[in-house]
Amino acid sequence: MTLVLFVEQVLNGLQFGIMLFLMAAGLTLVFGVMGLINLAHGSLYMIGAFAAAAAAGWTGSFLLALIAALGAAAAAGAIVELVVIRRLYDRDHLDQVLATFALILIFSEGTRWAFGSFPLFLDIPDYLSGTITLPGGIEYPLYRLTITLAGLAIAAGLFWLISRTRLGIRIRAGESDREMIAALGVNISRLYTIVFALGAALAGLAGAMVGAIQSVQVGMGEPVLILAFVVIVIGGIGSIKGALIGALMVGLTDTMGKLFLPQLFRLFMDNASATATGSALASMLIYILMAFVLIWRPQGLFGARA
Amino acid sequence: MNREFMVNSALLLGLVAIPLWAYVSDEPFTITLATRVAILALAGVGLNIALGLGGLVSLGHAAFFGIGGYAMGILASHAQSYTPLIESPFLLEGTKSMPLIWIAAIISSALMAMIIGALSLRTSGVYFIMITLAFGQMLYFFAISWPAYGGEDGLSIYVRNGFPGLNTLDPIQFFGISFTLLICALWLAARLAHSPFGLALNAARQSPQRVETVGLSPYQLRLVAFVISGAITGLAGALFADLNRFVSPSMFSWQTSGEIMVFVILGGVGRLFGPVAGAALFITLEHLLGGISEFWHIWLGLLLLLVVLFARGGIIGLLAGRGSAHD
Repeated sequence: MTLVLFVEQVLNGLQFGIMLFLMAAGLTLVFGVMGLINLAHGSLYMIGAFAAAAAAGWTGSFLLALIAALGAAAAAGAIVELVVIRRLYDRDHLDQVLATFALILIFSEGTRWAFGSFPLFLDIPDYLSGTITLPGGIEYPLYRLTITLAGLAIAAGLFWLISRTRLGIRIRAGESDREMIAALGVNISRLYTIVFALGAALAGLAGAMVGAIQSVQVGMGEPVLILAFVVIVIGGIGSIKGALIGALMVGLTDTMGKLFLPQLFRLFMDNASATATGSALASMLIYILMAFVLIWRPQGLFGARA
Repeated sequence: MNREFMVNSALLLGLVAIPLWAYVSDEPFTITLATRVAILALAGVGLNIALGLGGLVSLGHAAFFGIGGYAMGILASHAQSYTPLIESPFLLEGTKSMPLIWIAAIISSALMAMIIGALSLRTSGVYFIMITLAFGQMLYFFAISWPAYGGEDGLSIYVRNGFPGLNTLDPIQFFGISFTLLICALWLAARLAHSPFGLALNAARQSPQRVETVGLSPYQLRLVAFVISGAITGLAGALFADLNRFVSPSMFSWQTSGEIMVFVILGGVGRLFGPVAGAALFITLEHLLGGISEFWHIWLGLLLLLVVLFARGGIIGLLAGRGSAHD
C-alpha cells in the first residue's frame, strides 16, 4: 500500500460519488417536488449514454456528444412526464413503481431493438486522454479528473439554481405546498415537467460521462439507479445536500472497501480466501452502511420527514 | 358463489387441465410451462401477503427467492460431491431430499426476511421500496462475488432432488408437487386473511394509528407478515431451482423482484388468486410473444402500463367485475 495508490483511489471514489450525485439529485428532486418514485431514472441515464455514443459516431466530437446526451435525456424525460408520469402523481407508490418498471422494459427493449445487444464504445477525446501529474508526483487519468471537476461544477450550479433563482424558489415552494403555489399563479404542471426534464438531463449527462469509461450497453442504468436509491436513503429524501453527502459517502466507501478489505483479511487469512471474503464483503459494504444509517436515523442524514 | 369465486375455480381448473391434457398427448414442454406457472404463482402468493394484505411494497423479494434457490443448490451440491456442509461444531451433511430442502429454504429465507424486515420496516412508503430493492441487490452482489458456490456462473445440479414415493424427474409428478404446494400456500393465505392476525394486519395498512390505539403494534404485525411472505417466496425459489436444476445469481436480481411483483399486479393486488392469474398470463405471453418477437418485453411493458393506468383491479378485477380488492 503506497500513498500514491491511496490518493488515486480516493480520487476514484470521489469521481464515482459525483456521478452518483448527478443521478441521485434528479431522483430526489422529483421525489421531493412531485412525491414520485421513478424507477425509470436509470433508463434516462442509459438514453444519455446511447445518444452520446451515437452523436460521437456521427460527428466525432465529444462536446457535441455531451450536448446530444443532455438534449436526448431531457427530451425523453419531458415526453415521458407529459405522456405517462403526470397521470401517476395522485396514485400510490405501488402504481408508480409498476408504471415506471413498465417504462424500463419499454426503454431497455426499445434501445436493444434500435442499437442491438452489443455494447457501444464512446471514446475519450484526445485532448482529455492520458494522465496528468498531480502535486506529489501522482499520475492520474486526466479524463476522470475532468469529469470529477465537471460534476462538482454542476453540483455547485444546481445549488445556485435551487437557492438563488426564481425557478429554484418555485421548486422549493412546490416541495412544501403545491396547492398554495398553484393558487399564487404558478403553472404547476409546467413546473413539474421542467423539474422532471432537469433531473433527466442530469442523469443523461452522467450516463454520457461514465459511458466513456465503461461500455455503453442496455441495462447499464439500473445498477446505478439502485446505488442512487442507497444514496437517497442515506442522505434523506428531497434533500440535495443529503444527496451530495450520501453520494460521496457511497462512492468513497465502495472504492475504499474494494481496496482495503481484501488486504485487511490477508492479515489473518491465507491469500486466496482473504481475497474471496474481502471482495464479497466489499460488495456489501455500502448496503451495510445504509443499514447503519437506518438504525441511527431512519429518515436519512438530512431528511426532514420519514 | 360470486363471480370472483367462479373466476378462481376456472383458473385452478385450467391449471390442472392443461398439464393433464399435455400428459395425455405427450407434450412434456407444456407440462414444464404449467409447472413454471405454479412455482412463480407460489412466489407471487408469498409477495401478495406482504403487498396485498400488509400494503408493504417490497421490491426485494428476489432476495428470498434466491435464498430458497441457493438453499437447494448448496445442500444438493454437497450431497452430490459427498462433502459435508460444515464439520464443526457439528456435522451437517448435504441432502437430496426435497422435504428437507424445503424446510431449509423456508427457515433460511424466513431468517433473512426477519433481518431485512426488521431494518426496512423502520421506515415506510417510498423509503421501504428503495431499501428492500437495495438489500435485494446486496445479496445479488454477494452471490456474484462469493466464489465457493459458483459465483457468477451459478451452480448446476445433475439430478433433480427426490421426494419419497415419487419420481420427480417425471414432469407430471413434479408438476403435482408444485401444484400441491401452491394449493397449500393459497389455503394458508386465505386462512391468514380471515384470521385475527390478518384482520389486524389489514387494519394496520388502512389506519396504523387506530391499530396502535387498541394496543397492537403495526411494526410487529408487518414484520410477521413480511417473514411469512419471505418464507413462502423462499420455498418457491427452492422449487424453481429444482425445476431448472440450476441456481445462479440472476435469481437475486432486481428484475426477478420486479417480475414477481408484475405477477401480483397483472392478476390483481390483494386478490387471493391474483398471482396465479398473473403468472399464467406472464408465462403465456412469454411463450407466445417470445415466439413472435425477440423484443417481447416492449409489449409486456405496454400491457403493464395499460393495466396500471386504466385497469387497476388487474385480470381478476376485470373478470370479476369489481374494480379494486380494497374498498
